This record gives sequence, C-alpha cells and structure tokens, in this order.
Amino acid sequence: MPTIGNAQLKLLEKLCNACAVCGDEGEVRKIVLDELKGHADDVRVDALGNVLVTRLGSGPSTPLRASRKRLKVMVSAHMDEVGFMLVADDGDGLFRFETVGGIDIRHLPGKAVLVGKDHLPGVIGVRPIHLTTTEERKQKIPLDALRIDIGPDSGKVKPGDRATFATRFQRNGPVLIAKALDDRFGVVILLELFKNAPANIDLQAAFTVQEEIGLRGAKVAAYAFNPDLAVVVDATPANDLPGWDGEENTSFNTKLGLGPAIYIADNDSFSDPRLVRHLSEIAQADGIPFQFRQPGSGGTDAGSIHMARSGIPSVSVSVPHRYSHTAASIARLDDWKNTLVLLHAALKRLNPEFLTSDRA
Amino acid sequence: MTDITPFLKDLLTAPGLSGYEDPAAEIITAKWTPLVHEISRGRLGSLHGLRRGAGASPRPSIMVATHMDAIGLMVTGIADGFLRFTQVGGVDPRVLPGALVTVYATGVGKPQPIPGVVVQPQSQLLPPEIGLNPVPLEYLFVDTGLPPRKVADLVHVGDVISFAQPPFELSGGTITGHTLDNRVSVAALTVCLEELQSRPHIWDVWAVATTQEEIGTIGATSSTFELHPTIVIALDVTHAKGPGSSDWQTSPLGKGPTLCMGPNIHPVIHKAMKDLAERLEIPYGLEYAPRHTGTDGYATQVVAEGVPTLVMGIPLRYMHTPVEVVAIKDIQRAGRLVAEFIAGLTPDFMEKITWDD
Repeated sequence: MPTIGNAQLKLLEKLCNACAVCGDEGEVRKIVLDELKGHADDVRVDALGNVLVTRLGSGPSTPLRASRKRLKVMVSAHMDEVGFMLVADDGDGLFRFETVGGIDIRHLPGKAVLVGKDHLPGVIGVRPIHLTTTEERKQKIPLDALRIDIGPDSGKVKPGDRATFATRFQRNGPVLIAKALDDRFGVVILLELFKNAPANIDLQAAFTVQEEIGLRGAKVAAYAFNPDLAVVVDATPANDLPGWDGEENTSFNTKLGLGPAIYIADNDSFSDPRLVRHLSEIAQADGIPFQFRQPGSGGTDAGSIHMARSGIPSVSVSVPHRYSHTAASIARLDDWKNTLVLLHAALKRLNPEFLTSDRA
Repeated sequence: MTDITPFLKDLLTAPGLSGYEDPAAEIITAKWTPLVHEISRGRLGSLHGLRRGAGASPRPSIMVATHMDAIGLMVTGIADGFLRFTQVGGVDPRVLPGALVTVYATGVGKPQPIPGVVVQPQSQLLPPEIGLNPVPLEYLFVDTGLPPRKVADLVHVGDVISFAQPPFELSGGTITGHTLDNRVSVAALTVCLEELQSRPHIWDVWAVATTQEEIGTIGATSSTFELHPTIVIALDVTHAKGPGSSDWQTSPLGKGPTLCMGPNIHPVIHKAMKDLAERLEIPYGLEYAPRHTGTDGYATQVVAEGVPTLVMGIPLRYMHTPVEVVAIKDIQRAGRLVAEFIAGLTPDFMEKITWDD
C-alpha cells in the first residue's frame, strides 16, 4: 500500500520548489526520471518533452480467455506550472515579462521570483505607497508597468528565461503551503502509484507538459499510449471561503479537508460515468473521504485525452487546494494522502470486464 | 569593515511591528551590547545604547535614531477560520494578495508563529462592483489553512501579522526582503558603532533603535526627551529610483546615502555633513523634503526646547512592500559617514555654529 511519509514529503517539497513553466519542464522531468529508475519496463521522453513510462502488470501468464487481457490504464499528471517569461531587457537589471498560463495579475505586485535554470532571485516591485494617490491605488497595476528586478548585475539573465514565484515549500502540521501544488501533487501521486503499481493492469504513466496553456502534452501522450482508459491526477481549487455579505458560498468548487475531488463534468470533458461510479463506490467501501467536484468551468488533461484516437474513457481526480496559480497555495496533507489511497485502490480493482459494464 | 549582511538577514527575519518591537530589540541588543558601554530600553520600548565620549563631563551627545519597527497587519476578526485584518503602518493593499505572512497567535500564551498567506477571495465572493479591480483591504483574508476550530483556539483579535518573505541577496550587491525599512538603518548604525570601536570620539553617542515610527514617530519623540541629545541624526530609508518611481523624490540605488535638506533639518549641520562626505569622497546624494521628511527627524526636531536634527537616507526601492531592495554598500557608506561625523565632533562644535543669514 502506498502511503505518505517523510520521503514523499521531501519529494513533494523538491517538486514544488523546482521551476517548470510550460515549455521549460526540464527540472521536474529530471526529478521524475530519477525517481522512476528501476521501476519502469519502458521509459520515453517524447517530442514535446512528456515523460511516458510503462509498467506491465504481472497477472496470470496464460489468460483464461483470449479476450481477458490486462487493461492498459493511462494515468497522467502535468509537470508544468504557470509562471513568466522574460521578454525584454530594460537595462539595470530590469526585465519586462509576460505571464504563462492563467495568472491574475493582481497577484504579482510585491512578489519574489526565481529566474532561469539557476534560480536567480528577482522581485516584482511597485511604486511605494508614499508616492501613490488614493485614486491610483484603486487601479490595477497593468502588466506592462511591472518589471522583474534582479539587481544591477544582470549578466546571467536574458529575455527568454522563464521565472516562477519564489515561494519555498513549508508544512505546518496538517497544512502545506507552496507554489505549484497544481500539479506537483499529481506528479508526486503518480510517482507513488507507479512505484506501487498494481499487477492487474498495465500502467501507462504520462508526466505531461504544457497543460497550463491548452492541455497540449496530454494530447500526444494519449495518442502514443493508446490506452483502454485514462485517469488524470490534478489539483483543483477549493474556493471554500466565506462570502463578503455572509451569504452561503454555494460555488466553492471543492472544500479543503473533504478528500479527493472526483470530476463529473468540467469545461473540457464529461467524465466516463463508469469510472466516476467505480471511484466513488471504492471510496465508500474503503471508508476513504471523497467529494465530487462541483460541475462547472475549469479543465484537466482529460479534456485532451478523452478525445484522442477513437476516444478514451477518462476521469479526473484532483487534490483540493486553495489559491491555485498564485504565489502560495494552501492544501492539507490528508487530502493528498486520501487521493493517493483512493487512486491506488481504484486501479487495483479494475478488471478486464470493466469496459463492458453499463455506462449509466 | 565586517560584513553586515548576516546580522541584517537575522534582523529581517524577526518580526517587530510597531508597538511590538521586542523580537527585533532582542537581536539588536545582542549585537550592540559589546559595542556600547550601557544599554537599556526606554519607557516606550526604544533601545538606548550609550557609548561614552572621551570629552570632559558634562559632554555633549549625539543621538542616532534608527527605527526598528515594521509595518504589517493586525487581526480584526475571524470568519470560518479566515482572518480579517487591518494595517499597521502604510500598506498598499495591491501588494497583499499572495503575500506570505506569519500570524503571531496569542491564544496559548506567548505569541506562537503560524505561517499564513494573504488571500484574495474569488470574485463571486466579493461585492460585484469590485470586478477585476484591486480588492480593498477589508475584503482580503489571511489564511493559515488550519481548521476553523483550531484557528479559534489559537488566534485572537488584535494578534499581529508580520510579512514573512525571506530576505535574499540579488545581483550586484543588493538585498531584498520585507522591513528593510528600516532595519537597514539599524545595520548602518551598527556599522557606525563598529567603526567607533577604533575611533576616539569626544561626544557621547546614543545609538537608538526607536519604536512606533510607522504609526507616528512615537518612540523617537519620547527617547529624544529622555536622552536630551545635543544633536539628532535620523537615519532612515528613502525612495530609490526604480520601475514606476523616477521623479525628484527618488535617488539612485547604490550611489550613496542621501543628505536631506528642508525645514526639518538644521542647515548648518547639514552643510558640515556634506562637506565631510566631500572630503572623505564618500558618495552621497542630496534629497529635498520641502515639508515633512517622513522620518523620526520630523519628531525629534521639536522635542522639548528643540533639537538640531539631521536626516540621512538609504535609497530603497519598493518601500512598504515585502520585496524592498537596498544596495548593501549604501548601508556601509551611511554607517561610515556617521561614524566619521561623530569622530570629528569637537567639544565646541555647537558654539561654532553660526546661521548663514
């Protein structure tokens, strides 16, 4: 049984502190490849930089019936994160930058960043409050007024370099605070699933790229794997804050602490109802806390995967976390653990007849 | 000259909001104790370090005021485990969403640090007129991620919340973090005290880390009254040129401390300091404050019968954000210039002052 101990915490810390903006996922890819050593039957890095690894099941060597073969199950998690690309050098250590992925620019002023492969520190400063007017402070600071400032000796930084928030992983008892929990949670869970892969399936793990700019890595990964079905492991917002006027918050998406969020429908895909049922029944049978993510906007790599080839029955399961795509997300250790436990239990109990069951 | 950066980083990691300066005062006390002859706390918390001069008693004295308090936030309410807060000192709410903070929770006695984040609720949980505009401070929360019941046990209304951005060095000898305003001046004063270990000085020197500057130059006022110095130098940060800030109110980063001119500053002593900087070839800039200098100097000048006051600035980018930036060499230059000024003070310095009218 996979579980979460110090080794997994250290690995998540390393993954969250790594910088891997869309298209520049190398740092996470390296961690993933290192972790997979000795566990995979096949490892590939494809044309986009996806890591595609297979671990074959070991079931009965002679199938009882020719049709009764092991299911090929693709499980994917994206390695990329939202961030920035430096686009112009203004001199004196100041760089213009663009956002990569969905970032609310109201989260940028006053943040520390790390630039490039060497993680050179920089900051996004603003005009001091003393020099602003009340009117000015009511206006959003536009992106083109912001700069990444790395200090006056800028020789090691150049346009084209990626940057991320500089937040370092921290744990306070049950609470985790980090950048990029979306989707390093998925990566760390998928690594653990892979190392503890159940023998009843052929596990096809896809550590994908470019999820945050349009689910692009998963598209080609699903084509290449051609699986029987797919499970996407991601991190989804818990918008479970109180409203300003005391009205009940009915659009929370998910809530922190209630366990893995099973997707029924989002903007990019409807989950396969058999997979939704399988997951929720196993959670109930095993007493694993879970929640259904409120159907609504957002999306995961399942949006690409379920449309690959002639169609792939897919479902997404996410770890709830607050403040996705900002400098500091907040999550609970137990939600991570329960997501891992549920997914492992669900994979373990997939049998070859699964896809012949009724859809609804 | 010793490297002041490790001490500065320690100091930047300590909280110490206005009125709650003890954590900073402890670190400064440890650093200053070997550098001064006496050290004590004033009635409103300011730290007073005395280096006795070599002159005959009663000696004139110079007080160097560097405020040690920090801006930050304070808990005003708790809703489902999320903390409502107000500001302590001037905070632009636009720098808050996503900022790392530490809540000093007093629910179980001695303040207990709890990591948290300032969060901006999604738009459907905010008044619709806010839209995509900056979210006013009263609608932001601090979230610790802890379950509501735990938060209720730990956190009280009135608990202070400090910024928690760790300090780190940027390229070209610069450093960033929160509360560089005004811990860099405390560091500069420390450089000055270190210089004075091997420099004879006739005057008494009061090294003072003042309290509550950010909420109205409170500690400087009471300390000036208590210590009754002959001259005060208020050493604080000043706005450096940077993105969004390049007008006459800003000075270049890394090109030396500024000597401020204006009604809060004694013009003759200002000129003496300027001449000294020229003579020693210490780079400096001139800064103009036509009214309030926004420093302890504004207060010290009018304590009791009035105290001749100088204001020096260390240029700093992005003041009152968690990512203020200062050039370390400006800290060293400021410390050295003040030390040289002190070492050059003659017993009759004040008597020789003549107004240039």
